[in-house]
Amino acid sequence: MLHIVNKSATERSSLESCLRMATKGSAVLLIEDAVCAATSGNAAAAKIQAAAADLKIYALGPDLAARGMAGRVLDGVNVVDYGGFVDLVAEHSNCQSWL
Amino acid sequence: MSDMDEMDEGSGIVKKFMFLNRKAPHGTVYALEGLEVVLITAAFDQDVSMVFTDDGVYQLMKGIDTKGIEVKDFSKTYRALEGYDIEKLYVDQASMDARGLTEDDLIVDVTVLPVDEMANLMAEQDVVISF
Repeated sequence: MLHIVNKSATERSSLESCLRMATKGSAVLLIEDAVCAATSGNAAAAKIQAAAADLKIYALGPDLAARGMAGRVLDGVNVVDYGGFVDLVAEHSNCQSWL
Repeated sequence: MSDMDEMDEGSGIVKKFMFLNRKAPHGTVYALEGLEVVLITAAFDQDVSMVFTDDGVYQLMKGIDTKGIEVKDFSKTYRALEGYDIEKLYVDQASMDARGLTEDDLIVDVTVLPVDEMANLMAEQDVVISF
């Protein structure tokens, strides 16, 4: 399954809920304000890095750039563009958006 | 402020306004709308403070590039605030720490305040408007 999170982890509980429900081998794509969680020094960084052991974590590059965060992405997080977003949706049989 | 007070000659009461910004830019419209309201308020010669706490500190990041998401990059506007006599910009220390940010990461000069000083600043306002 592909999980998509678009809310900031330092404002809402969406990411935490997602990580609680995502099963091993699933993909988590961070978009919009959620991308900040995948940057160094963020309060959610440790959670992301721990989750990366069992999940594939992706962040949308254009949203990182729009927040001045392109150079601060955590190791183990895969940055994708809009084409990569489409590929992820196509590759997975189902997806859940944590609005 | 003194020459401004003379010009007002009783027409204007100057109140202390705080604009409290708590949202990251772009994901919602709050940051941009807040900035526009601040610029409008500047036209009325009020005592304006802008405060950035929680995800609001992300509004001031250097190096923002919005071309990829095709929205307006309003981050440069924060640098123009000085020209509108809005010079009191405050950032919450704990919010910066929780996001791994330092003053060097920000596009404008700010005063970083510990929570007790921020709380006092808020308490002494006539009006607090939150975005």
